[in-house]
Amino acid sequence: MDLFKIITEIEKVDPEIYDRLDSRRRVFKHFGLAGKAVTAAVLPGLVSGIFQRAYGQTSNLSPDIVAVLNLALSLEYLEYYFYDSGLKATGLIPPADQPAFVKIRNDESGHIKVLREALGSQAIADPTRAAFDYSGAKGPGNGPFAAALVNDYALFLGSSQAFVDTGVRAYKGGAPTLMPNKDLLEAALNIHSVEARHSSHVRTVRRGLAAGQSGQGATTIAGDLNNLSGKTGRPKSWISGTDGGGPSPSTTPSTAPTYNAGNPATGAPTAIFFPAESNTTHAGVDITTNTAGITPAAASEAFDEPLDAATVKSIARNFVVASSALFT
Amino acid sequence: MTKLLLPPESADKLTSTSRRSFLRYTGAGVALTGLVLAGCDDDSEDDNRLDVGSGDTGVLNYAYALEQLEAAFYARVKTGQYYAGANAAEKQILDDLALHELAHANFFKAALGGSAIKALEPEFGAINFDSRDEVLRAAQTFEDLGVAAYNGAGRYIESAANLVIAGKIVSVEARHAALIRDLRNYNSFVDSDVVDLFTPTSATSAPGAGEGTGKEKSKKPSEVLEAANQYLKEGSKLSAKSFN
Repeated sequence: MDLFKIITEIEKVDPEIYDRLDSRRRVFKHFGLAGKAVTAAVLPGLVSGIFQRAYGQTSNLSPDIVAVLNLALSLEYLEYYFYDSGLKATGLIPPADQPAFVKIRNDESGHIKVLREALGSQAIADPTRAAFDYSGAKGPGNGPFAAALVNDYALFLGSSQAFVDTGVRAYKGGAPTLMPNKDLLEAALNIHSVEARHSSHVRTVRRGLAAGQSGQGATTIAGDLNNLSGKTGRPKSWISGTDGGGPSPSTTPSTAPTYNAGNPATGAPTAIFFPAESNTTHAGVDITTNTAGITPAAASEAFDEPLDAATVKSIARNFVVASSALFT
Repeated sequence: MTKLLLPPESADKLTSTSRRSFLRYTGAGVALTGLVLAGCDDDSEDDNRLDVGSGDTGVLNYAYALEQLEAAFYARVKTGQYYAGANAAEKQILDDLALHELAHANFFKAALGGSAIKALEPEFGAINFDSRDEVLRAAQTFEDLGVAAYNGAGRYIESAANLVIAGKIVSVEARHAALIRDLRNYNSFVDSDVVDLFTPTSATSAPGAGEGTGKEKSKKPSEVLEAANQYLKEGSKLSAKSFN
């Protein structure tokens, strides 16, 4: 088999062949071959793999990976249409904050692109804006968060925080499933940290609004550990304990599950489990005793927690119309 | 092993025209010729450096090293005049960051036990700790670097539990980074230096249609350590030979 001849033939019908080819060292890492010699046995698989990657066929993703990526994609749509609707609601987002929400909305759009490309034909269809009821009523639009996309900016920020914090926990919980595919794993990690940046900013804006400050002035407002939750709470840019249940702990649906434990909530130090955000023990190390002078609040802030897929779905399902199959 | 061929990375330095012809022989051809070199590193510069090791222990020591650097930085910040005169919000932020990073460093030390690398000696001589601008600029550098480092190291982690541990920490680093950035320049919590920003094709385009990805720009350990080593004394400078 003359590989160069084959490539030359392909070039006649696809001038971009060289751009598509997975060049340099990356090719070995994709196939887990770094440092190994090519033998006759692995060569056919390597060559077919080079072309498979070049032309974006992803049929080799395991069902588990497809499920994790489609859940992530569903959450990105949930967020995208929320921020997009907020930006379209005249007078809802103050001018000083609109650039931030344009950035956040656009980041989610980029994540949608990345996930769709990774999933290929196995990606869920765009659910469209019509699939979501951001009021929390699953269709009729009269739930407790109805004003969040009309004229209640504090409510809009509260919902933003709950959505993005759910997203951060969901990516963290899904990451181990992606370990067999290092590039997908790194892509997911690179989305995960951007979601955390969003959460930090939204929380900063919330502190500012609660104190009558907007724009840069929001950064002059300290968090209040005695007033973390509720619509006018002043959360830190990181999660303290369970943040008192978040922006809307007493409504139905409530934001509390976003900060509470998932399932399983406990496990051995080397197991994967989903404790509440207030957890202060990691890999068997109790942070509150391992660092002198640290408060339980600070110890919990220093570590975020993952959330399992079933719990993530049960949270997100509250914002989808009942007839949709999203998050089921 | 002597290098007989151009290292694969040299392709980046070639012009686009020559890159095409080069790719012709590397994109596919390296599959035949380059593989035997893939495990061969140029480590002559790293001989005096402290290597973080290999496997999950190596990744955790890499994280431990970066957390040590951050913890030492904020401890030093708290002795400077900027901190002394900072407003209540900024004091709270710096107090929290100092505690979080110390908690991270101490956590890794405990988790690694006898496998932990030594306590590193930082070198912050170039930073004026009395200057708000300099402290926050350095803080941003450390926080952004930490996020890019964890994201880039995820692929080397072998145990799922350790991956989750790294995930628990990196999102907190990202929260720190975003707030420090907002303190310096409001609405820069994500920006093009750290995130591949996405631009929609048009104001009415469907989600996913546009340029960019909205992804953090993760960094390889070698790139991270090149930056981190500037803040470490001789004898504490690091290498990560197993992760490249």
